[in-house]
Amino acid sequence: MSRTFEYAPAPESRAIVDIKPSYGLFVNGEFVDGTGTSFKTVNPATEEVLAEVAEASEADVDNAVRAARRAYDRVWSRMPGAERAKYLYRIARIIQERGRELAVLESIDNGKPIREARDVDVPTVAAHFFYYAGWADKLKYAGYGTTPLGVAGQVIPWNFPLLMLAWKIAPALACGNTVVLKPAETTPLTALLFAEICQQADLPPGVVNIVTGAGDTGRAIVSHPDVDKVAFTGSTEVGKAIARAVAGSQKRVTLELGGKAANIVFDDAPIDQAVEGIVNGIFFNQGHVCCAGSRLLVQESVADEVMARLKRRMATLRVGDPLDKNTDVGAINSAEQLAKIRELSEVGEAEGAERWSAPCDLPANGYWFAPTVFTGVSQAHRIAREEIFGPVLSVLTFRTPAEAVEKANNTPFGLSAGVWTDKGSRILSMANRLRAGVVWANTFNKFDPTSPFGGYKESGYGREGGRHGLEAYLKGADQ
Amino acid sequence: MTPTASSTASTAPGLGVLDDVVRSDSSLRRFLHGLPGVDQVGCEARAATLATRSVKTTSKAFAIDLAIRMVDLTTLEGQDTHGKVRALASKAMRPDPADPSCPPTAAVCVYPDMVATAKQTLGESGVHVAAVATAFPSGRAAMDIKLADTRDAVEAGADEIDMVIDRGAFLSGRYLDVYEEIVQVREACARPDGTSAHLKVIFETGELQTYDNVRRASWLAMMAGGHFIKTSTGKVQPAATLPVTLVMLEAVRDFREQTGRMVGVKPAGGIRSTKDAIKYLVMVNETCGEDWLDPDWFRFGASTLLNDLLMQRTKMTTGRYSGPDYFTLD
Repeated sequence: MSRTFEYAPAPESRAIVDIKPSYGLFVNGEFVDGTGTSFKTVNPATEEVLAEVAEASEADVDNAVRAARRAYDRVWSRMPGAERAKYLYRIARIIQERGRELAVLESIDNGKPIREARDVDVPTVAAHFFYYAGWADKLKYAGYGTTPLGVAGQVIPWNFPLLMLAWKIAPALACGNTVVLKPAETTPLTALLFAEICQQADLPPGVVNIVTGAGDTGRAIVSHPDVDKVAFTGSTEVGKAIARAVAGSQKRVTLELGGKAANIVFDDAPIDQAVEGIVNGIFFNQGHVCCAGSRLLVQESVADEVMARLKRRMATLRVGDPLDKNTDVGAINSAEQLAKIRELSEVGEAEGAERWSAPCDLPANGYWFAPTVFTGVSQAHRIAREEIFGPVLSVLTFRTPAEAVEKANNTPFGLSAGVWTDKGSRILSMANRLRAGVVWANTFNKFDPTSPFGGYKESGYGREGGRHGLEAYLKGADQ
Repeated sequence: MTPTASSTASTAPGLGVLDDVVRSDSSLRRFLHGLPGVDQVGCEARAATLATRSVKTTSKAFAIDLAIRMVDLTTLEGQDTHGKVRALASKAMRPDPADPSCPPTAAVCVYPDMVATAKQTLGESGVHVAAVATAFPSGRAAMDIKLADTRDAVEAGADEIDMVIDRGAFLSGRYLDVYEEIVQVREACARPDGTSAHLKVIFETGELQTYDNVRRASWLAMMAGGHFIKTSTGKVQPAATLPVTLVMLEAVRDFREQTGRMVGVKPAGGIRSTKDAIKYLVMVNETCGEDWLDPDWFRFGASTLLNDLLMQRTKMTTGRYSGPDYFTLD
């Protein structure tokens, strides 16, 4: 027996998921073949091919939009809110019942640790459906009218495949819209399992349509003339393209884009919890989080202490098999994303920032990047300005609250921010001055369906979650 | 406050930079209140995350044996008898008579009047006798009585003294009084031969209530020379919890960094299952590192925990669960 306390592997069983060799599109309540060329989805932790997935062509997207329109006109928009709610409650309960299956599949397809898929993603997904189910028959009290928009075209990213699906579909359906949703090309499997759940819940055909594919499929959805509403979560670059594509049309748009959040630690912060918050802010989900606390702003007087504690803590992060219940940091989602993280990290070093990575053994196969921190970063460095979308933290220091605000706001983004201090009045004054959609106080990366989420500036517009999230799917009180 | 306190302050072991801190009530207060705060929500969230670690197979076997070696097998009842203490001491030496490979516990923990009995049974087995002293569990007695209680236990052969702090003094902010009391009890732990019984300082965290208080009490006790800091008497609810123990583990870790001195941690009360014990060991491992994964530096104050550890141990070695009837009650 070893003399040290090593945790033996504790893998979650894959037996609960049944991955088919190939998947079609989910249109009008049925799985159909796509007419585009199919593509492969891989397990990023092993590079094993999981399944062939159909690519939706323009014609396939057209079929899906037609199905959604029919379902909207004939069934869903006419159905009383209380009846729509029953379907949403049913979906929420099935998600809970099949929670382990969804968590395991999400972990396999995305690379995120099972601990997070199980304890964060799936419970939050179910909570989102429960929450918006509750709104379905109470829309007239929300203040945005009760008239739905029609067919919503929704395009979601690969970082939280199922959670972003829930953020999009739950409010749309609660308000009486029907949807055509495209999951990201690297993570389509849980959306397709969700399609099965829609069947299991007897959701009327055409209310939810899932079309898989890459950029071309997404463009076909966004530019389809019969789509009334476009909702997108992803990169700022694509968000801008979408805004251009729909300009001049009647389509409503909400965009939830990139971020470069400042996580601000004052010298009176609860320091052990602040270190946990920094770790959670940037290493949660391998840093594949649009609201990640990727810029640490730490007050100069405690900078050395915070960095020493942070590095000690980072050395205990367990990087590896996402399905092991003890894994803290999983695999990078794709080779492409890994290349981008590597490139920006090299730029960080070349620009003179000091790089430190947690000592850890990375698996030989798959896409991996050790948790990394850059110190001596200045506002001018690319790693302080561009979204890396990986487990890479840039550390800057400040001396006064005014300097912290100035640095935090000096970015084209404005999605989230964190403030760590024991002083309540400072939390409030910082929250007022930070130009970010969400400001977390003495915590980070907390998500709740009742709380609106969304950005300033290049982080997008529109809010998801809470009562505010209904606005994106209703015509308004005066319509 | 107590302006004369500083003149009577006994010397604590060399603390280097911290020596000045304990010169006066006000400097001690400034220091304790200057420690970084503990965010309750964050602290509890961290403890809860660590509690999701899955410890299986070889690592579980390792953890169970380690946990057995860390148990302070405890009986602190008004109805305790010499016979019960003798039985407990026998069990501490050979927890599982059917399996000689089962390690002994760290100590037995009894009231001072039972020390001699426990010592007689334990002899040179290596299992220590710990005695609760200083008017346990309330600590409400005059100082000379507390010191006499301590000396009595040490004379009877106690290897370790588990003292309680004066929570009344602590909560009213008379930190130097608490400090001096710990220093004096520590001095009362001295034996004529120059050695000294080890001192564990019980905070009764259920009465201190806030994590900030727990962190302050931890530093206070460590600066006063306590060898161990201990959560609870077991007589007040809540007793040991994971987040309270996390705050204390962070304190001993930081204290070693600052002074070079290691202090042990003992959660006591309410830890009944192997599953719970393993959660604590995971927390020790990931907060302080493996230096603390040793009975010299981490203990469980428990009575019923041992039997569950033994049942799980038997399950690991035989593949079968046996019922509680197969393990002795005391």
